[in-house]
Amino acid sequence: MVCKSWYEIERWCRRKVFVGNCYAVSPKMVIRRFPEFRSIELKGKPHFADFNLIRLKRMVVTDESLELIAKSFKNFKVLVLSSCEGFSTDGLAVIAASCKNLKELDLRDCEVDDLSAHWLSHFPETYTSLVSLNISCLGSDEASFSALERLVGRCTNLKTLQLNRAVPLDKIANILRHAPQLVEFGTGTYTADVRPDVYSDLAGVFSSCKELKSLSGFWDVVPDYLPAIYPVCSKLTSLNLSYATIQSPDLIKLVSHCPNLQRLLVLDYIEDSGLEVLASSCKDLQELRVFPSDPFGAEPNVSLTEQGLVAVSLGCPKLQSVLYFCRRMSNEALVTIARNRPNFTRFRLCIIEPKTADYLTLEPLDVGFGAIVQYCKDLKRLSLSGLLTDRVFEYIGTYAKKLEMLSVAFAGDSDLGLHHVLSGCESLRKLEIRDCPFGDKALLANAAKLETMRSLWMSSCAVSFAACKLLGQKMPRLNVEVIDERGPPDSRPENCPVDKLYIYRSIAGPRFDMPPFVWTMDEDSGLRL
Amino acid sequence: MQGGVGDGGSESGSVSTVSREENMVVSSEDSSCPDQSELELGLGLSLGGGGGGGFKMHHVSKGGQFARILTAKDLPSLVFSAASPSSSSSSSSSSLSRADVTAKTKRTADSMAAASGFSQLVGWPPVQTHRINSMGNQAKELPTEGFNSKMENPKNETSMVEKSTIGSYQNNGNAKLRKSLFVKVNMDGIPIGRKVDLNAHGSYEKLAKTLEDMFLETSPSVSQVGSRALEHGTTNKLTRPSKLLDVSSDFALTYKDKEGDWMLVGDVPWELFVSSVKRLRIMRTSEATGLAPMLQGRNQRQRSKPN
Repeated sequence: MVCKSWYEIERWCRRKVFVGNCYAVSPKMVIRRFPEFRSIELKGKPHFADFNLIRLKRMVVTDESLELIAKSFKNFKVLVLSSCEGFSTDGLAVIAASCKNLKELDLRDCEVDDLSAHWLSHFPETYTSLVSLNISCLGSDEASFSALERLVGRCTNLKTLQLNRAVPLDKIANILRHAPQLVEFGTGTYTADVRPDVYSDLAGVFSSCKELKSLSGFWDVVPDYLPAIYPVCSKLTSLNLSYATIQSPDLIKLVSHCPNLQRLLVLDYIEDSGLEVLASSCKDLQELRVFPSDPFGAEPNVSLTEQGLVAVSLGCPKLQSVLYFCRRMSNEALVTIARNRPNFTRFRLCIIEPKTADYLTLEPLDVGFGAIVQYCKDLKRLSLSGLLTDRVFEYIGTYAKKLEMLSVAFAGDSDLGLHHVLSGCESLRKLEIRDCPFGDKALLANAAKLETMRSLWMSSCAVSFAACKLLGQKMPRLNVEVIDERGPPDSRPENCPVDKLYIYRSIAGPRFDMPPFVWTMDEDSGLRL
Repeated sequence: MQGGVGDGGSESGSVSTVSREENMVVSSEDSSCPDQSELELGLGLSLGGGGGGGFKMHHVSKGGQFARILTAKDLPSLVFSAASPSSSSSSSSSSLSRADVTAKTKRTADSMAAASGFSQLVGWPPVQTHRINSMGNQAKELPTEGFNSKMENPKNETSMVEKSTIGSYQNNGNAKLRKSLFVKVNMDGIPIGRKVDLNAHGSYEKLAKTLEDMFLETSPSVSQVGSRALEHGTTNKLTRPSKLLDVSSDFALTYKDKEGDWMLVGDVPWELFVSSVKRLRIMRTSEATGLAPMLQGRNQRQRSKPN
């Protein structure tokens, strides 16, 4: 706190509030602190929860809550729900009906109970303020197209529209005709019987979208319809093809038309060859995400290797953010990548098979990732994979001084690994670990560090119940939660490792809405159900 | 050692060799030794070889025998066990040695559980559910061109079959290859939903048991196990008839199918159910007005069926 008057000014002027962990602060506190806020973004589940690691809901936003928001904040303008669940289209209907000034409704990656598509018709006919609508997460049920078209038609300030998969290709032309001013557009399903009239209609309407910079959607793509977007490609800065199951040649054709691309999300069908074309065509590329088309297959189904990543790191001077799923890697490639691209701020590598060694030397990938943290001095986010010993953590602790988020799986040999990270990474905010041999020692020795971080997640590691209790007792500003489906942790010996552990700092004290398989380690008894 | 992606013949061999060699190791009768370069990557365990690496490079004469053929006794017990709930994997990971890692890398169909271990890891690789679910539908339609067809790997069959039957169990001897199929489950009156892996259950009874444990018991008992362990049989629990499948109970287990209709669970064969279910809902029968005719119908059928 700099000074009291500044605090007061900030308090009354703050319009946007971001809560990264909804349990770190209570709603009452937020309201008291920022009585004039107009936009709230709430985040719930820890990142690793996205991957079915827990069955615990971290962010339950019920329809009742949405109703409360709608009724209490008449002038509500922006609602962004990220990876939330617990609400249905009924709740959305209330929002639509009540929030006359709503400008932005973004439901990214939410799980919504799709009871009826007609919630869209609850936006009154007089309502015209929508600027951004992201409903891409909604289910594949029938959408109310006419209501959607009318809504889009009357909201002349609409800049972002991301539809869900249920919207068929032949409806898109009509929708776009009503909104040629769109800057970001997400299609629904991009498949239809190939018909020249549908195609030319679509191509024509895309031509009229002069402001379009970002495209997404493209579920079930039929390659014949892709050229319809060529008119807008030269202006595109962002392209999300991560649901587009088209092969490398079609992807290459498409990417070659987009010289101004800054952000590309794509499936590994692009292959090394496609990434090489990307590297030579898209010199402005800043962010690349390559997702696996067959994540559970035992054998590679595409020719995508470390070579593709090396190519883009060499060819794209502005590349700073990467998420890359592949099946092999080498230290040599990682060192090359690090040297080529020291401006990485986000480097997330997922070698699909756990504990995969360097395929050339059969050594661990410690040195490769070590090079990444050594050369990329501004690295904020890192995800590790492959065969890794404690050594990689030594490198990380030594060099990754700006690192804020680290994801670790199937790595390390001993507590020393965890200790390196907790004691060395000065900027660390979020640490998530699964299936690593990290136990009590490092955790307890670095307990104070945990208060400087947003959260720590550990699952399938070796932290004992006794250690959890101790942490809970000694650190009152931390919520220490044990998640275990096997029953109460005190029904097993104290030195038994807990299944999952989630520790986060909080000024709101322990929470009380836990399901029966979550236990908070309290400062009193050490166990609270 | 990762089976390399076929990136042509630059090394004419060390990458593509590995996968062929895997075949060789599996079928010792296979006499068609490939013409290979001299250096083969043998999948030997680094027993007593110190902690470094985990692999040995074996020099093999052309067409000659491979240095080491892995048999069941070489493979340590599965590191990423199919069955294990996290408790055992956490203890196994702490005692993990490099030797275990080499065994982990074998991926031929016959190599016991080792090959398929990772495909049953929960939440790995870390791809979000909405991606996996949308992929699942697409994988069926995709022609399997590219790498698989070029390599003529007999494992192709397995992976192709797996791709096209997302909801099903694949049993290759002891190796089980399957994908998870998580669907959401909600119960009336409880805002917090859960997710259950349908592919971890083989029948309605097992599914109902899991759901009862999740929703109908407030304090889980010590002996309770997660849904994924159910497939390995907690037989004592199975003898008790399920509340959820019993028409006269307070609860009805329903599901939403591909067409968006809500149906009672249990009326169609299990495989058909798995291929069409989108989500589950446990309804209180007092509120199941829409389903009343269905429940009545089933009531009559159950009564008239001999038990």
